Amino acid sequence: MRPSVDPDTIAGAVRAPLAEGRTNRWLELGFQGSLLFCVFAAFAVLAALIGDVLADGLGSLSLDFITDTPSRIVPEASGIGPALAGTLFLMAVCAAFIIPVGIATAVYLEEYANRESRIARFIELNIQNLAAVPSIVYGILGLAFLVRGPLSLGNTMVAGGLTLGLLVLPVLIVAGREAIRAVPNSIREGSMALGATKWQTIWKQVLPAALPGIATGAILSLSRAIGETAPLIVVGAVYFATSVPSSFGDDVTALPIQIFSWVSDPREEYKALAAAGILVLMAILLAMNAVAIWLRNKYEQKW
Amino acid sequence: MIGAATSPLGVAKPRRGEQLIRALLFLAAAVSVLTTALILVALLKEAVSFFGEVGLDFFTDAEWSPLFNPPSFGIWQLLNGTFLITGIAMLVAVPIGLGISVYLSEYAHPRIRRVVKPVLEVLVGVPTVVFGYFALSFVTPTILQDILGLEIQVFNALAAGLAMGFMIVPTIASISEDSMRAVPQGLREGAFGLGATKRQVATKVVFPAAISGIVASIVLGVSRGVGETMIVLVAAGLQPNFGVNPAEGFATITTFMGATAKGDNPAGTIGYESIFACGITLFVLTLAMNTVAIRFVRKYREVYE
Repeated sequence: MRPSVDPDTIAGAVRAPLAEGRTNRWLELGFQGSLLFCVFAAFAVLAALIGDVLADGLGSLSLDFITDTPSRIVPEASGIGPALAGTLFLMAVCAAFIIPVGIATAVYLEEYANRESRIARFIELNIQNLAAVPSIVYGILGLAFLVRGPLSLGNTMVAGGLTLGLLVLPVLIVAGREAIRAVPNSIREGSMALGATKWQTIWKQVLPAALPGIATGAILSLSRAIGETAPLIVVGAVYFATSVPSSFGDDVTALPIQIFSWVSDPREEYKALAAAGILVLMAILLAMNAVAIWLRNKYEQKW
Repeated sequence: MIGAATSPLGVAKPRRGEQLIRALLFLAAAVSVLTTALILVALLKEAVSFFGEVGLDFFTDAEWSPLFNPPSFGIWQLLNGTFLITGIAMLVAVPIGLGISVYLSEYAHPRIRRVVKPVLEVLVGVPTVVFGYFALSFVTPTILQDILGLEIQVFNALAAGLAMGFMIVPTIASISEDSMRAVPQGLREGAFGLGATKRQVATKVVFPAAISGIVASIVLGVSRGVGETMIVLVAAGLQPNFGVNPAEGFATITTFMGATAKGDNPAGTIGYESIFACGITLFVLTLAMNTVAIRFVRKYREVYE
């Protein structure tokens, strides 16, 4: 980038003689003020949202809430034990699926595919389109091909986790590609010049260098998957899991599903439970995002 | 040494391992294509048997009540709900999202940017069921009923639309900002040199130059709104409805799918198939919008240098 003079200085110098009487200072201030208002509105809504959930849910939050099973009759004794365990199972399946497939796709598109070739462009356009498919449609895919149909896994954690994996796969692919692209070519050339094969170069040089970016992408895709509700509804999640799931073959249940089930209950006590569940969910999400940002800042290499 | 030097360069022995790895990586890349194909097959298979039974009633019936007796299969009420709520959301998301993007790209000090961007990222990360809860438990009772004193139903299009709007704000803000920042500095400097003010540069130089990205961000925002399920399922009610009164409840395509999938509809019943018919409608709508957005960016992007 060429050196640029601060636009304010130029404008200030020129404005006085040329634009006298034509520019309205108040108009300028009003415009800037309304832009600031937009930023403020977004902040205010986020603050109101967090404040509302805290006010409603903090009272119900306790250690027992984390471990108890939900109850239809006694709201005070209800908890998110099964839902939380379900979310962990789903994340394990999702991660086991998206990390290898997502990275492999990113490597293929960046290192092997001929950018101009039809097939590479088709795959690329396809990933772009997949990212815009509504999440509930992925639920239909899961229902038709994983839960029922050819694989017939039933409404299990495996089927639910794979459905979420398909949904967030594009996020990881895009992040992985960016991380791989950021590795300078000199590294590849140096490795090849020393006699390494293409795959040795990728495995020993490119991927380690791109790892922080890929890890950040993986965490962000998982944090997207954790909050998804709609696909799990379609897949056939259980709303009142009475026992903590113990295997990947157990019925799907998850934290957002439990929250939705409590939100849908018109009784006031259950609203507080929903808010408490939201607090736990948001805490997990914030923690994951914090780890992702920390990873990015700590290991980001400037070439 | 002599043997090595005389053997022709470039004819290495074929490396089977390398070829195998390449094939495996290609298979992984093919998963995403397979996903699209399977989505289409899944939707079409049940939707075909749905349309076989229902036929053109999907477009000619007035009302949507596939689970009643006698059933009625007009999609219009659901489309009405979907676009009413998305429309309300866009009334919020477009001005606020664009305002934020102009501010971040043209006005904000880097230090302020470093504060605003993470807040937007947090807003992106809020699960939509949480926005639904917010609409139902705060926007409707506290803002709309108590503070504004509106006569409004518990489940209504307005609260759902407002919450959805703020869900979409970061999408519009970040894509538009990217395209505004891509406008070369020389254009701004030229305008400043001619005596333009900051506002004039933002609205008359940067905004038009970035229009392709801005329009794409809005189209993608609409597409996200149309496909959004949890906010409307929680806060907008389940009753199919006609009209534009935001104080009433409206079912959307996605609420019908969610609510019906939650209930007990064995495969082969018309209820089960209607989920897929709605699914394919949704898929076609969002795919069309995404295609328009991609085309728009390609066609109207100003290329500098």
